[in-house]
Amino acid sequence: MEKKLTVSYSPHVRGYESVASTMLEVIIALVPALAGGVYYFGFRALAVCAVTVMACVLSEYVWDKLTGKENTTGDLSAVVTGMLLSFTLPVTIPYYMAAVGGIFAIIVVKMFFGGIGQNFVNPALAARGFLLASWPVAMTSFVAPMTKLKIFSSNADAVTSATPLAYIKDIEGAEAASYTDLFFGNIPGCIGEVSALLILIGGMYLIFKKVIRPIIPFTYIITVGLFGYLFDGGFLAGDFLYHTLTGGVMLAGFFMATDYVTSPTTAKGEFIYALGAGVITGVIRLFGGYPEGVTYAILIMNIVTPIIDKYVRPRVFGTGRGVA
Amino acid sequence: MKYTFKGGIHPNDGKAATENKPIVQLAAPEELVFPMVQHIGAPCSPCVAVGDAVKVGQKIGDSDAFVSVPVHSSVSGTVKAIEKRRHPNGSVVECVIIENDGLNTMHEDIHAYDDIDALTKDEMIALVRKAGISGMGGAGFPTHVKLNPPADKNIDICIVNGAECEPYLTSDHRVMIETPKVVLDGTKLIMKILGVDKAYIGIEENKPEAISSMTECAKGYDGIEVKVLKTKYPQGSEKHLIKALTGREVPSGKLPADVGVVVNNIDTCTAVYNAIAYRRPLISRVVTVSGAGIKEPANYRVLIGTPFEYVIDSAGGLKEDVAKVVMGGPMMGIAQFDLSVPVVKGTSGILAFTEDEVKPKNYSPCIRCGKCVRNCPMGLMPLYINAYAQARDVEKCLEYNIMDCISCGVCSYTCQCEQLPSQNIKLIKDEIIRRRKQVK
Repeated sequence: MEKKLTVSYSPHVRGYESVASTMLEVIIALVPALAGGVYYFGFRALAVCAVTVMACVLSEYVWDKLTGKENTTGDLSAVVTGMLLSFTLPVTIPYYMAAVGGIFAIIVVKMFFGGIGQNFVNPALAARGFLLASWPVAMTSFVAPMTKLKIFSSNADAVTSATPLAYIKDIEGAEAASYTDLFFGNIPGCIGEVSALLILIGGMYLIFKKVIRPIIPFTYIITVGLFGYLFDGGFLAGDFLYHTLTGGVMLAGFFMATDYVTSPTTAKGEFIYALGAGVITGVIRLFGGYPEGVTYAILIMNIVTPIIDKYVRPRVFGTGRGVA
Repeated sequence: MKYTFKGGIHPNDGKAATENKPIVQLAAPEELVFPMVQHIGAPCSPCVAVGDAVKVGQKIGDSDAFVSVPVHSSVSGTVKAIEKRRHPNGSVVECVIIENDGLNTMHEDIHAYDDIDALTKDEMIALVRKAGISGMGGAGFPTHVKLNPPADKNIDICIVNGAECEPYLTSDHRVMIETPKVVLDGTKLIMKILGVDKAYIGIEENKPEAISSMTECAKGYDGIEVKVLKTKYPQGSEKHLIKALTGREVPSGKLPADVGVVVNNIDTCTAVYNAIAYRRPLISRVVTVSGAGIKEPANYRVLIGTPFEYVIDSAGGLKEDVAKVVMGGPMMGIAQFDLSVPVVKGTSGILAFTEDEVKPKNYSPCIRCGKCVRNCPMGLMPLYINAYAQARDVEKCLEYNIMDCISCGVCSYTCQCEQLPSQNIKLIKDEIIRRRKQVK
């Protein structure tokens, strides 16, 4: 027979998903929150996002070139990292700092450890932590919402204002925001984390598309809320909703903590991971030095993930309680 | 309530091409090839010589071993050669090649019994072995061994597997629609042999015609109940079928008989009935010929020993862009490279796929999305077994329960990184089985 046939082990058919298609879904899910950022803070928000995305994609491209590897930017994961990083930055951040963040995320956190799938912490969050430690003032200066900054407007003109999160910390001048403002995003804060509504829309899209499971976001958000309710300002005196709607809890719950590479693979493991991240967030918020604990809480649980995956395994069919 | 199990996937079922096509009897080719191993167990030795005249249903190979079944000629003619030929499982085995004389002379042994009710259990088991019946779902375990469980196993339920969860395949589906009575009569005989009074026929809900046909017909039978299963791959896996229908879980490393269940395929029941009522050996089976690479998809009743080429040509032949030909379903079937191989007792389908359908996706390192873990019907963590399998770390593979893997292919199907976990795991699993056999 002339025609050559392909021979391989089964299965001979496969699903339609690829890394790029999954990452594209995440990018789509991030668009509402980005639109919110542009609405509240002006086109500078979009420019910051463009800078981090370009920094991420370019550094991955250059790294691949320099190390003689195949170009891996086509999987779109660097785009997602760049977008997520920009979401955690204040709109007034100087562009070069945003670019440094993007380069750090890809080169140090991702490529140093072997590229996609090999990073042991979330690149975007690690970069945010790095920027926070390097330029604490620039990273914590927030402008009031509806301060529409133009792309090249001077940041000196912007009037800084305290975030609603600072209220939890009893920082002077900080005022509580209304639930409506918190929900729609009419508050000072980072580019992509102000509007709970728009993040929820994106998050629900991902759950609907089965890209993520609801376990991590809901466990995480509810834990943070419960922790606040239990311990903020006395036992059972806290405000559940206020804790869940402020800071980066929503964004991190749906988009950061759910990062495949750095979260456990089993349902039970995901629950433990999200619970741990929620508790650490609460502890840092209420008892720590920083006003916001989301970044470090998730980074810590990222590191715990391999241990969770090692010890929390699914029940093998035909063993344990399944067998009478 | 629909019965189901935990895990699994919903691949595109591809059954539309053949599910409404009645079974057509395929004419015999001029030359047929009968491998001496078509079952799990000891291979047969030929009991005919080159030049011998054989009749339809005449035994041409047998073995003394208990776990083995004889092979019969499906045509009348002359033994042309006894030589090594390719088997559809890829190996080269001893085969009896018969030239068809076209006369279709029946062997004297094939005739109807006057009174099958008078047969004892042992007589019936002997007839099943004599007819050369091995499981027709694909694995090919000798049926008489299943019907004769050790005395300490208390069998109380008999299950007939009509799930047909593999995409594209419609052979069981058509049999259930066209000859439900024969299937049920066969089931009744199996129940009698095993001494059980309860039988479930599990059918996936995507086969409403088969469900209604079987349910209607089953009304006349005591103790046989048709149960509707949720459509999900791999519902037809023996362990998951038992779990869905009875709630019992076959313990790791054990057999269905250990939880009091014996499972048989739909067409196996037909074969059992024919063996006992007519003393007719297993010489033909229903084969689905389908896939985008086949010009005229069809369901054929094919004589065992018919070359794949002949069957494919009868279905209009292969299209230009065919890239892969598979025996069985796309999830667990065996890829073929030589289409002169014959249809064997376990050939449920011959599928042809085009370049587009089988071309690999872009490879990526594992991104730990966890879909393989979530969907694994055995509760394994394929991503880790895959990593250890690629590193050839057998100990770690065993620690992650590699031997519980049923090679259903779900992990590879859901993998977005083209990691091929199922394939890598099977490679190491087969190696472990080989080594264990050597140690014995």
